[in-house]
Amino acid sequence: MIDLVWLIPAFPLLGFLTLICLGKSVREPVAGWLATTAMAGSFLSVLIVFIGMLLEKNENRQTVFTLFDWIPAGDFKVDIGFLADPLSITMCLFITGVGTLIHLYSIGYMHGDPDFNRFFTYLNLFAFSMLMLVLGDNLLLTFLGWEGVGACSYLLISFWFRDPSNATAGKKAFITNRVGDWGFMVAMFLIFFNFGSLQYLEIFDILESNQIAKTTTTFIVLMLFVGAMGKSAQFPLYLWLPDAMAGPTPVSALIHAATMVTSGVYLLIRVNPIMVEASTWSTGLIAWVGVGTALFAASIAVAQTDIKKVLAYSTVSQLGYMVLAVGCGAYTAAIFHMITHAFFKALLFLGAGSVIHGMNGEQDLRRYGGLRSLMPITAGTFIIGWLAIAGVPPFSGFWSKDEILAFAWNKSPLLWIVGVITALLTAFYMTRQVILTFFGKPRYLDAGDAGDAGDAGDAGDAGDAGDAGDAGDAGEIKPHESPWTMTLPLVALAVLSVVGGLIQLPFSSSTKRLEHWLEPATFHNETHLHLSSSTLWVLALLALVSVVAGIGIGLSTYLKEKIDKQIFEKTILNNAWNFDATVSRFMGGPGSKAFAAVAKFDKQVIDGAVDGTGQIVKKTASILRRSQNGLVRTYALGIGIGAIGLLIWFLTRTTI
Amino acid sequence: MNLIIAASSSATFPVLPSLLIVPTAGALVVAFLPRARKDLTKLVAVIFSTTTCALSLWLLSDFEYENHSDMFQFVSRQSWISDFGISWSFGVDGISLFLIVLTGILFPIAFLAVDPEHNDRSYFAWMLLLEAGVMGVFCSLDLILFFLCFEVVLVPMYFLISRWGHGNRSYAATKFFLFTMAGSALMLVGIITVAFLHADNVGGSVTFDLVEIAESQSIAQGTARWLFLTFALAFAVKIPIFPLHTWLPDAHTEAPTAGSVILAGVLLKLGTYGLIRFGLYLFPEASHFFAPVFLTLGVVGIIYGAVVAAMQKDLKRLVAYSSIAHLGFIVLGTFALNTEAIVGSVLQMVNHGISTGALFLLVGMIYERRHTRQIDELGGLQHSAPLMAGFFTVVMLSSIGLPGLNGFVGEFLILLGTFTAHRWWAVVATLGVVLAALYLLWAYQRVFHGPAEKENAEITDLKTRETLVLLPLLALIVFLGVYPKPVINRMENSVKTLVVHIEKHVSGFEEPVNRHSLGEIKIDTQQLEEGH
Repeated sequence: MIDLVWLIPAFPLLGFLTLICLGKSVREPVAGWLATTAMAGSFLSVLIVFIGMLLEKNENRQTVFTLFDWIPAGDFKVDIGFLADPLSITMCLFITGVGTLIHLYSIGYMHGDPDFNRFFTYLNLFAFSMLMLVLGDNLLLTFLGWEGVGACSYLLISFWFRDPSNATAGKKAFITNRVGDWGFMVAMFLIFFNFGSLQYLEIFDILESNQIAKTTTTFIVLMLFVGAMGKSAQFPLYLWLPDAMAGPTPVSALIHAATMVTSGVYLLIRVNPIMVEASTWSTGLIAWVGVGTALFAASIAVAQTDIKKVLAYSTVSQLGYMVLAVGCGAYTAAIFHMITHAFFKALLFLGAGSVIHGMNGEQDLRRYGGLRSLMPITAGTFIIGWLAIAGVPPFSGFWSKDEILAFAWNKSPLLWIVGVITALLTAFYMTRQVILTFFGKPRYLDAGDAGDAGDAGDAGDAGDAGDAGDAGDAGEIKPHESPWTMTLPLVALAVLSVVGGLIQLPFSSSTKRLEHWLEPATFHNETHLHLSSSTLWVLALLALVSVVAGIGIGLSTYLKEKIDKQIFEKTILNNAWNFDATVSRFMGGPGSKAFAAVAKFDKQVIDGAVDGTGQIVKKTASILRRSQNGLVRTYALGIGIGAIGLLIWFLTRTTI
Repeated sequence: MNLIIAASSSATFPVLPSLLIVPTAGALVVAFLPRARKDLTKLVAVIFSTTTCALSLWLLSDFEYENHSDMFQFVSRQSWISDFGISWSFGVDGISLFLIVLTGILFPIAFLAVDPEHNDRSYFAWMLLLEAGVMGVFCSLDLILFFLCFEVVLVPMYFLISRWGHGNRSYAATKFFLFTMAGSALMLVGIITVAFLHADNVGGSVTFDLVEIAESQSIAQGTARWLFLTFALAFAVKIPIFPLHTWLPDAHTEAPTAGSVILAGVLLKLGTYGLIRFGLYLFPEASHFFAPVFLTLGVVGIIYGAVVAAMQKDLKRLVAYSSIAHLGFIVLGTFALNTEAIVGSVLQMVNHGISTGALFLLVGMIYERRHTRQIDELGGLQHSAPLMAGFFTVVMLSSIGLPGLNGFVGEFLILLGTFTAHRWWAVVATLGVVLAALYLLWAYQRVFHGPAEKENAEITDLKTRETLVLLPLLALIVFLGVYPKPVINRMENSVKTLVVHIEKHVSGFEEPVNRHSLGEIKIDTQQLEEGH
């Protein structure tokens, strides 16, 4: 049954090709259902492979299937081949599972869009690339998926290309990611140079039977981390992710929350045998970048007014947790959090999409309020998502976050402290979002006035929601619940967000199911916790206290309005610590000036030299042509002078 | 000598000479068509060019790459000016094979894609003569024959630019002609000197036979280095290598669409092909000696071309500068002097021909509709021309080097091989990958995205003919990205032979390979099998 692994990416590829060939010849819902069916087929294949793998013994759960040689040149050779092991199949499970739900959701969400078919074509291509990324049995095939998802992300962010800001956001995403890709490529060169192969299992075997210098492995890890920083939006390459919200909301849920952005984390976990050979300062650096990004992004999320921007910064922050886990050597915890995050963040994004859909494209939190009764399913599921991400037991987010924090303490208590502060902020900003959206007085009735906060900041780049065409002025908003294609995925994801924690409970060795399951891929390289169970209880309790504090402050600020919200909603936080603006200013200023200077150099110096040479030849020629004046006298004079000159030369030569 | 006999027995039909003869004959037929039958001109041109294409494909199918010990295949040789040892000597190996096929494919496409605005007969005649010249360069195994073809190419191109070009065409045509002419003048001196020095050193009569001269390596080291430079200068102008590149943007911008397609697709490769065949093969020691210079110029070209491309306001000029960056990769790979990198370079010559050819066709189609190439004046084209936007996107992604499309394979092999040999050059060159995304996506955004106004909102999408012309290129872009193996297999042996040739003639040089191939790293195969 594991042999069927090739079916997993084949389904979305087939869907993509079919949609390309059909073009505009099919009417609206058909393309959506076709794409969704392809995804569902892929999900079923994953299930079959998964069951097949469960039936195998632990040591037989790692299989390579080679389809054909891809690039064989000289000593270099890579295949199109799949590595089916618990890690890749786990990834496939939530990619295709959540993917199918989001495809289904999109049928409702994209209803009425003139480019409905194009949307699903891209979505299937994305799913195919993402599955290639996780199933690839070598780094180059992973890179193929890696770039493929990047390209799809570009195409989908700039999907509504008529708005220049969407187009800019798409371009920014691709280029920022390319900076990370530079690191990925250099890492592959280093690996090939030192190991002679890019195939994961070969690399791991070589690592085991040879002495590889620590500097080499450290550099490889650092370069791969540069790649991961791009895809998984870590500081300072996170810049593209908040802008990526310009894409349709299902895209934000699928690509920019649940799947693509986790591929950096996946990559680092996939190469865990190299990670453990790298020096500790490099993994320490990874942990610190992760936790730093988590705190940084959480602080920004506190003051965002766009419902999707809050979730975007929240995603950056949660990815920071996963990177922290990787840096601490807690690979299972990272995957665990990746899975629970895929559930609750997809849920939150789809919920936000449902709200935006019901509000005719409005994205400003300040113009929501009291939507709970008008959108009961959306509100109910969103609240579950809130409790899950905030880390309230027994929801899934609590378990995965708790495990990461325990490993952070194990590595350094400082990391733990920063992580707990982030948890507090997370609980706070999510409470704020839920209250502003679903509770309190409805504010969307105050037409024209963009809430009470002075600057209408992010409200400008709304333009979201498939049928926003007839949005018109906000005055006529009649909030309504979304169709079943949209609410069904919400309910499914809400259930998963509640029970997701069951796959890895910390109580005893037998409840750590995910850890055992992943062993064939983590090769016992996980860090071991050297903490007593009483320490773990105290840590969990303290983390819980911070979560409760965060929710409490949030409630008293936004629901009971006992605390002035201006204390938290600082302009500098709304402007993301001005980091993005500074980078943009540099690119637009000195950066583009430097480019222009090079172009000017080309035009004036290099081309100038060529034209200058032409001019000199012309001038010289125009002087010389005077000698050719057609007068015999002049020519005779020339001959005479020449003859005398020759004579003198001849005489001097012979006398000496 | 034995190699010539062995190969000629396998092919009785002189397929290589016919690659020159057919287009030349076509040029003559077109030129002498009755004035009244103007309608036949294009048809005749297409027939002759597709025949040439068919011949090149026949060559491809009959080319043997397994168990073939001879360096060149399909060798055919006729004495020409026997007093000076000049002969009609042709042969093909894995390095020239795909450039011949590329030429064969691109010409009919260029014919079908665009019609000249006036003087059809002379236009098609010049184009066919151009094809003959290009084929000649890729097939010649005689230095004089090679030089003749190399120079013959200039004349049709000059007329194509100056008669059917745009605005500033006579400036561009003259610049193109003078630049390349000046570059290759010294090469003639070099060729004659090489032949006579070889005859002196080996004894016997003068010969211009490439294989004989290259295999004997009889010329003294110092002299050979100087002679290498005379060749390298001609090629450097043709490629073009920074800082000899300024003829290219002008020629590209002013040339008619078909001219740009051929110029970028095939003509630039005369230079990079020359560097391999008449650089590395003829002067291995000098190539090795000067490699750092060319590696550096290659990297400079990659970064410089990309930066200048980003600032261009004219779409065609932008693509022209992007060519400089791409050709920088090819130069880099060539002088890394190992199998992966050189295979990557040869592959990239083909890839660049396909992608940039398609890109120029698309820019030409935009120009036909909007009569402008100024990026500022375009915008929102995707609105009314989604199919064109789709084609442009795929071609652009191929040019950016997206894995799964053709551009990536060559670029990756070049960088991988270069890293093995000279890691820091590769690390810097890889930055070119970031910059390529920058200038192309930015251009795409300004041309296709955003709101469409006035004329931009009303342009027509691709016509059936245009789609059909682009489809084969698109198919190649995908095929070479997904399954480049058959192409690489046919190139690889020739490249390996070349690298061995360099190793043999450069004392102390060994092909730079990875640590595993060096034997420093060992795989425990038994354990590996258990692991599976």
